[in-house]
Amino acid sequence: MSECWTYRAEDFLLFSPRVYWRMFEAHNAALWPLHVVTLAAGLFIILLIAWRPGVFARWIALILAVLWIFVGWFFLWSRYTTVNWAAAYVAPAFAVEGGLLLILSFRDSPAFDRRGPVAWIGYILLAFGIAGQPLLAPLQGRGWASSEVFGIAPDPTAIATLGVLLLARGRLVPWLLPIPVLWCLLSSITLRTMGEPQAWAPAAAVALTAAAWTWTIIRQRGSLPAA
Amino acid sequence: MRTTRRTFLQTSLATAAAALLPTSLRAQQGQPARRPIPSTREEMPIVGLGTWITFNVGNDPVLRNECADVMAAFFEGGGRMIDSSPMYGSSQPVVGYGLQKLGRPPALFSAEKVWTSSATAGPAQIEQSRRFWGVPKFDLVQVHNLLAWKAHLQTLLQMKAAGTVRYVGITTSEGRRHDLVEQIMRNEPIDFVQFSYNVVDREAEARLLPLAAERGIAVIVNRPFRQGQLTNRLKNKPLPEWAAEIGVSSWAQLMLKFILSHPAVTVAIPATTRVEHVRENLSAAVGPMPDLATRQRISAHVQAL
Repeated sequence: MSECWTYRAEDFLLFSPRVYWRMFEAHNAALWPLHVVTLAAGLFIILLIAWRPGVFARWIALILAVLWIFVGWFFLWSRYTTVNWAAAYVAPAFAVEGGLLLILSFRDSPAFDRRGPVAWIGYILLAFGIAGQPLLAPLQGRGWASSEVFGIAPDPTAIATLGVLLLARGRLVPWLLPIPVLWCLLSSITLRTMGEPQAWAPAAAVALTAAAWTWTIIRQRGSLPAA
Repeated sequence: MRTTRRTFLQTSLATAAAALLPTSLRAQQGQPARRPIPSTREEMPIVGLGTWITFNVGNDPVLRNECADVMAAFFEGGGRMIDSSPMYGSSQPVVGYGLQKLGRPPALFSAEKVWTSSATAGPAQIEQSRRFWGVPKFDLVQVHNLLAWKAHLQTLLQMKAAGTVRYVGITTSEGRRHDLVEQIMRNEPIDFVQFSYNVVDREAEARLLPLAAERGIAVIVNRPFRQGQLTNRLKNKPLPEWAAEIGVSSWAQLMLKFILSHPAVTVAIPATTRVEHVRENLSAAVGPMPDLATRQRISAHVQAL
């Protein structure tokens, strides 16, 4: 329609920042102490990739699959939809990502043998998703109660998954990138529209993933000498 | 309270006297001024309550109770019209929660919308909205943002004929599709039209407001503060000294008085999450209103800041 250009991101924001962060407080309170388990799962993923990637590669994808389905159901579908009806259309995408990760786990076990800059970007994103993102709430004066935790909230789950995917090699791996990338973009737009400084986090994750993936493609085509 | 013949007569006389009072006199008594809905002459307090963003608080019990407090202050201050939409997330059930908590205030004028691209899904959506509110029927249902407007307007006119809704209308916002709004206002038997109008967005003055007056269509003004942008922009700036001449003590009141003083405006619907703000908004409908020269002065002053 001719008036489409007149719409801005603000026109699609249905809730206030206060409602948004109180939603995370309520979500954390409802699921505590499950955070300990999901954070332990995140650390387990880092250790597996660093030390025993060949033997336990399937487990990494399986853990992520469970967490994507869990976050899609418990956060997006059961909680976020109460203030954002559009989340009902996004939640199935989390189930799809979980399904793809399950397929990766059972049918196409990934290899975690990347080295060099792409691997380091992968580790940075993985570490940020698990250890960095939860710190943003207290650093911005909101307190720990509204922290976004890996495996509990979508942003750290998506960012850490992008890190894992940058570290992985396999036929299915490229198919797993679009959903976490799109979620990070959507989240960044939402946060930016609310005027939240941490909008940079998911945006930076997408930028780093794009840069690393571009580097990988260029190298595969032999345009650059091997690092 | 037991009703005796004496109290009945006192109440009846007071009501009759109030009805005979001119608008400005009633406003001086601390109640918001009223304007008639042109199609029925039913009187409406000129400040209503919007729910966009502010009432979308999900299942949060603390925030739901805050919204109920806002509604309580609104009704205590003489307000009537609450406006919502299926588009506004959880706003409808939150309004319903507040109405139930307040014992279903009889003053309520319920203004809802139908918002679906499916022509056939309109009646089911309106019924779902009615259940959220917990009202027997809506006073007003509007076609939201002109989405599938032909089919929905037909449905609403049928509902009005059947007595399941009292008034019908259309809405737009932020200056969109004014040509189509004008066309509908000219050709369809609508009671209400809703659009954006404020101290800096004045496109409606050119055609829509005069047409509403000419056609006898009630006007609901949305986004009176541009979704808080204007109040945020002005909050650290001093009010002009001449604002006191029209009984204004805040920017919000000044900007509301600008809107409410347009003779074609029936009601403005600022949204808020705070009790003190709803009281402040209602107080803008009390006391003297700016004349044409002062209106121009308000607009020029705000735009210059």
